[in-house]
Amino acid sequence: MINTKNVVNMLGIAKSFPGVVALEDVNFSLRRGEIHALVGENGAGKSTLIKVLTGVEQPDKGAIELDNKFVQVRSPQHSQELGISTVYQEVNLCTNISIAENIMLGHEPHRFGSIHWRKMNEMAQEAINRLSINVDVTQPLGNYSVAIQQMVAITRALEVLSAKVLILDEPTSSLDIHETNLLFDVMRKLKSEGIGIIFITHFLDQVYQIVDRITVLRNGKLVGTYDASSLPRVELVAKMLGRSLTELDAISKVKFQEEEKKDKQHLVEAKGLGLTGSLEPVDLELNANEVLGIAGLLGSGRTEMAGLIFGIDSPDNGSLIVNGEKVNKFSPLESLKRGIALSPEDRKAEGVVGDLTIRENIILALQARYGWFKFLSTPKQNEIADNYIRLLGIVTPSAEQLVKNLSGGNQQKVILARWLATDPKVLILDEPTRGIDVGAKAEIQKLVMQLAEEGKSCVFISSELEEVLRVSDRVAVLRDRKKVAEYASDVDDKTLIQTMAGEL
Amino acid sequence: MKQISLLSRFRESRLFWPIVAWVLILIFNAIVEPGFFKLGIIEDPIYGKHLYGNLVDIFNNGAPLMLVSIGMTLVIATGGVDLSVGAVIAISAAMGAVLINPALGNQLITNDILTRNATNTPLLIIILADLAAGTLCGLWNGLLVSRARIQPMVATLILMVAGRGIAQLITNGQIMTIYYTPYFWFGNGYILGLPVSIYIVAVVLLLAWVLVRKTAIGLFIESVGINAKSTFYSGINEKNVKLFAYAFCGFCGAIAGLILSSYVHSADGNNNGLNYELDAILAVVMGGTLMTGGRFSMFASVIGAVVIWTFTVTVYSLGVPANALLAAKAVLILLVILLYSDYSRRLMNQLFERRGSQHGTAN
Repeated sequence: MINTKNVVNMLGIAKSFPGVVALEDVNFSLRRGEIHALVGENGAGKSTLIKVLTGVEQPDKGAIELDNKFVQVRSPQHSQELGISTVYQEVNLCTNISIAENIMLGHEPHRFGSIHWRKMNEMAQEAINRLSINVDVTQPLGNYSVAIQQMVAITRALEVLSAKVLILDEPTSSLDIHETNLLFDVMRKLKSEGIGIIFITHFLDQVYQIVDRITVLRNGKLVGTYDASSLPRVELVAKMLGRSLTELDAISKVKFQEEEKKDKQHLVEAKGLGLTGSLEPVDLELNANEVLGIAGLLGSGRTEMAGLIFGIDSPDNGSLIVNGEKVNKFSPLESLKRGIALSPEDRKAEGVVGDLTIRENIILALQARYGWFKFLSTPKQNEIADNYIRLLGIVTPSAEQLVKNLSGGNQQKVILARWLATDPKVLILDEPTRGIDVGAKAEIQKLVMQLAEEGKSCVFISSELEEVLRVSDRVAVLRDRKKVAEYASDVDDKTLIQTMAGEL
Repeated sequence: MKQISLLSRFRESRLFWPIVAWVLILIFNAIVEPGFFKLGIIEDPIYGKHLYGNLVDIFNNGAPLMLVSIGMTLVIATGGVDLSVGAVIAISAAMGAVLINPALGNQLITNDILTRNATNTPLLIIILADLAAGTLCGLWNGLLVSRARIQPMVATLILMVAGRGIAQLITNGQIMTIYYTPYFWFGNGYILGLPVSIYIVAVVLLLAWVLVRKTAIGLFIESVGINAKSTFYSGINEKNVKLFAYAFCGFCGAIAGLILSSYVHSADGNNNGLNYELDAILAVVMGGTLMTGGRFSMFASVIGAVVIWTFTVTVYSLGVPANALLAAKAVLILLVILLYSDYSRRLMNQLFERRGSQHGTAN
């Protein structure tokens, strides 16, 4: 059956990188005049699929059909020639030259061997007017907002490169509501002109606002393609996270026997803590002897919240009270002194120092608290390192091994050891089990519960609901950079998913 | 067995390659110019009996570069670079000259004043002012890099250009000749027959080693150079770590300026310490510290500086004119880059491993 409605058909795409299967037998189709959302959590394979379509990566297996003809997309430039254009979140245009120049770059009209400026400006103005946007094309691009810059990028894609397929990669993440609506108007207009649009975003509200169909990817596999109108939001979230709703209904939740809780002591209290553009004001209490789980999709503000409590960023809203004292200076060092620790989300970029040894990585935070001149002696360092290697079961021939040579799970344990060595009262763990094997995952979960039992306050952030529910005494749910709910540990998965999706 | 492991440990240390390079140049000299290693004892009217010869000259003349290399090592280890050390040398030299010269200000400089062989300022104050000026320059660089978050190369380029202007402002735009014998001791004096400058290098190196390796500063510098973000997340004030490295580099530049101006008996804003920043970077790279930052060895950098000066003296003794020196140095840089490339490293490792395994089977 030939489907003439489809402008793009991707068939059985597979792509592996050393050690990771990024895509496995993925089918994807895009119709003419359609807005098609591509959704999935981190590592689902969205960006790899786009890279294959735009020629950045070559697929190991599978074929791409464009207008019912098989094509091999050799390079990003080749994909543009084929009529596939991508507009990224970070606009890659030149802000210091005029809008007209940006649109027409490389395709300027000439007269007498030099650029025909008047004609070029006219052509650019005409092109951008088609999107019903009111700008002066002779002005430098930098004078306009990111939203307008994206429109210019879209105009260039359509006019100069005559795109049939437009890929918008997280276009709205730096736009406000008004600008987002402006972009959506443009998208609808293009849709009516028959252009196929692939829309990648993690804002589910926006997905339902504008798209016709949704393709869900998870762990490099295709979950399915659905009509937006017939897929309830809860089911979408369940599919992204890999749980079926019927299955969830069947689970009879084992109620935790509420222990005789020791005196609830607020170790940390956030009152309206927020940072404009990053996290809307949040109220939160962290108690001793307790694990607080944080559930929320990627981009829900969970990492931002952890960063504010730990002092990576300074809030511009509300207050943070630690041990009954209001915090005025926000920095990791200050937090460390107050007994707050953070195991960051991006283990490689923010966690380990790869070319230092395990020993050096473990003592780093403790040494930071001791300062420059009170240097831990070598025997003392060895003692601490060996102690935690044994305690956490870090698999390594010696403490002198470079951390970059360890597996993900062991690296995570090294970061935990780094913070445990400082004996923190509050331990915030942002995705501590991401990308590590099942055994290490269970060990880390057990450790977190054990630490809470010993009197620490743990915050456990994860996109795996099952895990959050297993370790947590309370669960806070974040959505669209807001805290939307807080549940006791006996909440069921379904309620959580519905809250995350914004249906409760 | 133990000997082999000691040998392989030496081979893996940062000292290995610079020492190999040095030995190669010395062997070359031994063949081409038999007189190169000749050492003698001479009686100096002021400083008494002391050693003389090419080797002594290498260490004496190379002392300023060695000092600058020590500071540059720390800066490069944080992932930065300091292009302004040459200018800092000039500022320090100018500072010393002005404080010595009694003709401060607009007073007419007469021969009488210049030859008084006296100073307005006590020697200790001169030294302290020199060091303070250099450290201040370093702090300025450090603030630009750590607080204003300017790219190190751009940030230090500012002082590289402006510094020589500042040096000339200090000396009123003139080349100032210094006439003050006690000041000459730093660049020309001898202790137990060896140049004073060698002792200064040794003391500064020891001081730096204690400061960096006997405290947590060294670990913090390496951590910042490898992954500044993780370091920050671990509670280390990575800004202050960078600030320290640049300030210390300025401090080393100041001492270098002191020795250099003492050695040439003058301060010349345009030429004191010219191109020293480039030589220092080369020395640090030879010492095995990566330009991207991370693990470092100050001692290896000092040996790198020795190699550069041995090379320089060799080139002169071969009769190559001074104005062709830069071209000759370019050859050295090319050799170093080739020798340090991943490819040649791998080749060398294979070579050593094959020989190692032969040893093994023979036993």
